[in-house]
Amino acid sequence: MAQKEIVALILAGGQGSRLGVLAENVAKPAVPFGGKYRIIDFALSNCINSGIDTVGVLTQYQPFELNKHIGIGRPWDLDRMNGGITILAPYMKTEKGEWYAGTADAVFQNIHYVDEMSPRYVIILSGDHIYKMDYNDMLEYHKEKHADATISVIDVPMEEAGRYGIMNTNRDGSIYEFEEKPENPKSTLASMGIYIFTWDMLREYLINDHLKSDTSHDFGKDIIPAMLKDKKRMFAYKFRGYWRDAGTISSYWESNLNLTEKNSGPDIYDPCWKIYSPDPAYPPHFVSDTGKVEKSVIADGCTIHGTVKNSVIFPGVTVNAGSVIEDSIIMSDTLIGCNTEICCSIIGENCVIGNEVKCGVGEFAENTYNPRIYNSNITVVGSNTIIPNNTVLGKNVVIGSFITPHDFETHYITSGGYVMKGGSNP
Amino acid sequence: MKSTMGIILTECKNYDLKELSSVRPVASVPFGGKYRAIDFALSSMVNSGIINISVITKYNMRSLMDHLGSGKEWDLDRKNRGLFILPASEHPTESCDDILGPLYGNISFLEKSSEKYVLIIQGFAIYNMDFTPMIIQHIETNADITIACRDMSDFSLDERKLLGTVITGENGIITQYSENTQDTGYSFGPMGIFLLGREFLIDLLKGRISKPAETFNDIIAQNAGNLRIYACNFHGYWRPLSNIQLYYRTNMELLNPGVRQELLMNERKIYTKIKDDPPAKYNGDACVRNSIVAEGCIIEGTVENSILFRGVRVEKGAKIKDSLIMQESVIEKNADLQYCILDKEVTVSQGRTLKGEPQYPLVISKKTRV
Repeated sequence: MAQKEIVALILAGGQGSRLGVLAENVAKPAVPFGGKYRIIDFALSNCINSGIDTVGVLTQYQPFELNKHIGIGRPWDLDRMNGGITILAPYMKTEKGEWYAGTADAVFQNIHYVDEMSPRYVIILSGDHIYKMDYNDMLEYHKEKHADATISVIDVPMEEAGRYGIMNTNRDGSIYEFEEKPENPKSTLASMGIYIFTWDMLREYLINDHLKSDTSHDFGKDIIPAMLKDKKRMFAYKFRGYWRDAGTISSYWESNLNLTEKNSGPDIYDPCWKIYSPDPAYPPHFVSDTGKVEKSVIADGCTIHGTVKNSVIFPGVTVNAGSVIEDSIIMSDTLIGCNTEICCSIIGENCVIGNEVKCGVGEFAENTYNPRIYNSNITVVGSNTIIPNNTVLGKNVVIGSFITPHDFETHYITSGGYVMKGGSNP
Repeated sequence: MKSTMGIILTECKNYDLKELSSVRPVASVPFGGKYRAIDFALSSMVNSGIINISVITKYNMRSLMDHLGSGKEWDLDRKNRGLFILPASEHPTESCDDILGPLYGNISFLEKSSEKYVLIIQGFAIYNMDFTPMIIQHIETNADITIACRDMSDFSLDERKLLGTVITGENGIITQYSENTQDTGYSFGPMGIFLLGREFLIDLLKGRISKPAETFNDIIAQNAGNLRIYACNFHGYWRPLSNIQLYYRTNMELLNPGVRQELLMNERKIYTKIKDDPPAKYNGDACVRNSIVAEGCIIEGTVENSILFRGVRVEKGAKIKDSLIMQESVIEKNADLQYCILDKEVTVSQGRTLKGEPQYPLVISKKTRV
């Protein structure tokens, strides 16, 4: 295989546990986003738009949807003779089979994949983030600084800095210290989980890390600190633009709804930096005589007879007459009945919401299923679920996936309640 | 239906879509918000299991070739069979602009293929049809030629003049066939869809069945008695894009839920070139009623009874009524449009008013700034 200057490795094994039912059956990178995409489309599109044509996707957790989505990489022009996309799943070795023990271990176990292309550089990306970035600019910076490692950072508000991995830098951008979730942050430069390494150097550190016992095999926790300790040339590359982790229900909801604003969210309308995704071949959407759409994003294949306000509607959704969707996200192929009101909710793919349903009403109450995950005003409905007619769902309610009307013990689920397979607490 | 190969012809001499067809063959005229006319014939073939499809084209090939590419959107980028774009070359003798004309230069392609039957379609019409029953009927009746026909009484008398007439005898055998005049008292007409044996077609082209310079029309007319020519009755929606009025009307009929369901929301999907546009965006001032809107549009104005193709911008205060706005056109602030057809990449300047008539929509050609 021809030598490549740079190879991208996308870490796509993320479980997305804080997304609850949204990531119950899919890895976080495969969670739908922005009216027609899945989260990983941003990293994949950034790669091809930056001219990187060799991409390894490291999967582990619930890979089926993700594998189906990526296929042979055609939507991103990554179906190539030379390079292209390769799914790198954990595999059996002669002695034993191993799961990826951490982000660094995942790359370690695929050293042979990178070696085959013998690249000068590798870029490690997360498949979990929403942003548009030209990795070429970062590579130029890496070369200019003769760096061993370059870490992309974004300026975050001081009060939030404690939630991130913070890079403390010198004037020239070189990193002298890395602090994971510091109590008293010295800087506001948060790591975006995007690293460019000179491959020979990273290879060495990965092998050393593998041999150690007191390590979590993680880039942020082990590889970066080890390199810093050895006084390697490490630089912070400042990214200016929209970047979101979308890792919690409320940040996921917010970053989707950013797209309905005029100038916030990633600019997905820029023809020079398209975000690619497989196309479901739906006809254009239709808004009927009774339909009304305001400040929203609507994909192909939708039929809107009701009112949609400040919402993101994925392909193939039908909103019947008399219904009002407000401040909500409705995923692909879901059917909303007549005279139904949905407010401040996320409805999964392929659901049927009955007639005269009210969703997201009342006052906030702590969630009784999992308050760590469900802790906002947002009501979440998993995929392939049927909500019977006349049901009322309060705020911060969670309904699982594949729920049928039989699973509902009552038509009234108060705020903070839940309906899951095998149990409910209204 | 691996036993059948498909051929789509893109030229049709009597069809005039004015400015729209001056830059492209009728088969590649934009339609229905994201499609080209040919997508309907091509997708119908693919959905009927036909996987060896050639498109024969003569004029303005670029637009069509750009649209079809390698055929991957139709799953026709294959090692075995797949999509072929063939240049039309006429028979040296004149008067061959009917369906046989473009085939003369491609006899060797027909000889090289192995399918038993050939489905020939003139790619000017909009429909979503399963060809399987037609192929079965062709085999069962042991026909030489089967022509898809339908009751054309859903067209006006004027429109029917362009459609042609088919008169059938017992068991649907065709006794009289005329391609472009319709007897006003008789509304059964051909749809430009023909099924023949491949060997039979080669013989026909080589003049083994009748004289080589004859048109298909003549062949059928003269051989109605000795050839087995059958009509296959189709009951679904079908519209030829034969003039601007019909083109406009057919687009507008998509606003009818029944038509949209049959044509587009069907299990047999209509495929087209993928553009990777983001979902359509409605800003706070958008007001859209009874309209079709494709992806990539950004709407801040008022849209009523209209179709917006991919990537159209409607600025604040702009009003669009009863119009077709094609790909990447921009309607600037406070512009006012009614009964208009805007070809691709047209810009209507701020405050400008454009009005056509329901029967005579105003057509603005590609890349114009009004």
